[in-house]
Amino acid sequence: MTKLPPSSQNRDPVPVAALRRRTVDAYALEARAKELGTRSIKADSQAAANELTIRCMDLTTLEGADTAGRVLALCNRARHPDPTDPSCPPVAAVCVYPSLVRVAVEAVAGSTVKVASVAGAFPSGQSSLANRLDDIATAVADGADEIDIVINRGAFLSGDYELVHAEILAAKAACGQAHLKTILEVGELGSFEAIRWASMIAMGAGSDVIKTSTGKIGVSATPPIALCMAEAIREFEADTGRSVGLKLAGGIRTAKQASHYLVLVNETLGSKWLDPDWFRFGASGLLNDVMLQRRFRSSGRYARPSDLPVD
Amino acid sequence: MTDPTSPGSASPATPSPADSLGAPKTYKLFVGGAFIRSESGRVAAVHDTNGSVIARVAEASRKDLRDAVTAARGAQPGWAGATPYLRGQILYRVAEMLDGRSTQLAAELEACGASRQAAIDEVTESIDCWVWWAGWADKITQVLGGVNSVAGPFLNVSTPEPTGVVGLCTAAERPLAALSSVLAPALCVGNTAVVVAPLDSALAPLTFGEVLATSDLPKGVANLLVGSHTDLGPWLADHDDVDALDISGVSADLAEDLLARSAGNLKRVAATNGRRSPQTAGEFLDLKTVWHPARL
Repeated sequence: MTKLPPSSQNRDPVPVAALRRRTVDAYALEARAKELGTRSIKADSQAAANELTIRCMDLTTLEGADTAGRVLALCNRARHPDPTDPSCPPVAAVCVYPSLVRVAVEAVAGSTVKVASVAGAFPSGQSSLANRLDDIATAVADGADEIDIVINRGAFLSGDYELVHAEILAAKAACGQAHLKTILEVGELGSFEAIRWASMIAMGAGSDVIKTSTGKIGVSATPPIALCMAEAIREFEADTGRSVGLKLAGGIRTAKQASHYLVLVNETLGSKWLDPDWFRFGASGLLNDVMLQRRFRSSGRYARPSDLPVD
Repeated sequence: MTDPTSPGSASPATPSPADSLGAPKTYKLFVGGAFIRSESGRVAAVHDTNGSVIARVAEASRKDLRDAVTAARGAQPGWAGATPYLRGQILYRVAEMLDGRSTQLAAELEACGASRQAAIDEVTESIDCWVWWAGWADKITQVLGGVNSVAGPFLNVSTPEPTGVVGLCTAAERPLAALSSVLAPALCVGNTAVVVAPLDSALAPLTFGEVLATSDLPKGVANLLVGSHTDLGPWLADHDDVDALDISGVSADLAEDLLARSAGNLKRVAATNGRRSPQTAGEFLDLKTVWHPARL
């Protein structure tokens, strides 16, 4: 089992009034993110980045058409991403809907793979707080190790930050021992200032991880957004002494993209974050591209994408 | 060609005279419907018979080849799913566009060493080749497929289907005709293609990319690379996602190596030499046979 972040961390919530709100220089942010995406990562470094990408991956299926069979197949892939190569590490977690948590928990038992569940009226969050908390409590009772919730964007966009904070706080309490990952749904927040401020509120309310997006809308993780959130995490750590994890989700499909994000995280937050306890990719298609790279490295020949599983 | 009857005249119409722009043209690769420089940044100079630089050519690397295969794979279902009639129309359109570029193409062939008359003949032959295969697009199934006689109460039907992504190593001699004579049959029957044309006579093949780009051919259906067969051929033969390989243009030694590599991933290999026969297209087809429990 990967370790949970040290419980010695001060976990007291930080009230909204005590959080630092600041402007963001969008041009500088975009330029810096672009520059971090130009590093050439080859040979051994590339192989190491691919291994880390696998270890930091939340293999995800969040479809209305999900079945127990599909989740079982996903869990098998999570434990043995490459069945032909025992040296391939398992992924960090599988991410499923609450109704399938029990199936996933049983399927990954005995491995290091954790079960994450989206909860709290994912992906819109548009339901009563009582319903959302009940959703979380059910998923935790069914054995989920990690809970992914969305913030109340309606409240955030209308300026009711106290409500956003209070709801995350309540969700954190409902999680008990489970890790709370808070999805900001950055594509609906409108600006880098808003993303940074939402990050601060989510961290102040006790989230263990902040996450970019649900993957259900067009705009999701991009390098500038990842950099914006990583800088917020760095500042929050400097202010409070508490480290918070980062999860990037949506739109990350190639091993090359993933390695550029690893560079960005390492340069912004340091090598401590290059670890599944502190950093995750939420993805489904990414694993196949990483597998193609691994196969190329081991065989010296380009592999056939259609030889890999569809999901 | 203003005066095709005077071969060897003092100043042949060179393909990219430095007169207007003051610098020779850089010919780019054609991958996924875009004209790209090589990922490797390599550019080779092409010289005329007097040794002066007449053009520069982007030289493809193995990563360009990988990207071209990805583009071809992406375009394959759409092209195979297009009606044979439409594929025929588009191939005929290629012939029309080629006709419109005939002067430029002949000049490029001449600049790479062909006599003026041979260059003109080669362009004419290439145009004719595309028209010929355009006509075959909606007829090949009738010739290569059919109802089979079987000893039982079954209807047994064989129908040809495109192999998928084909790699084509085309010859350096008569480069435009060589390219047309293998690319046209491969596309005619619904495959997508990655062409590797040799570097030293690459001007006309790369201009042919500009012809393809203006002829309604969907992006990625045909991809043109230039480079050494010795460098790129093995990557193509080893590539698990290339279904067939035409080695008409490679040396005997290399052909042996490519055959061995292709055996490793069950790739079909042919040296059709672009023969004008339905059998040439047959090299890029798989026959699917269906048993149906009923007689005609």
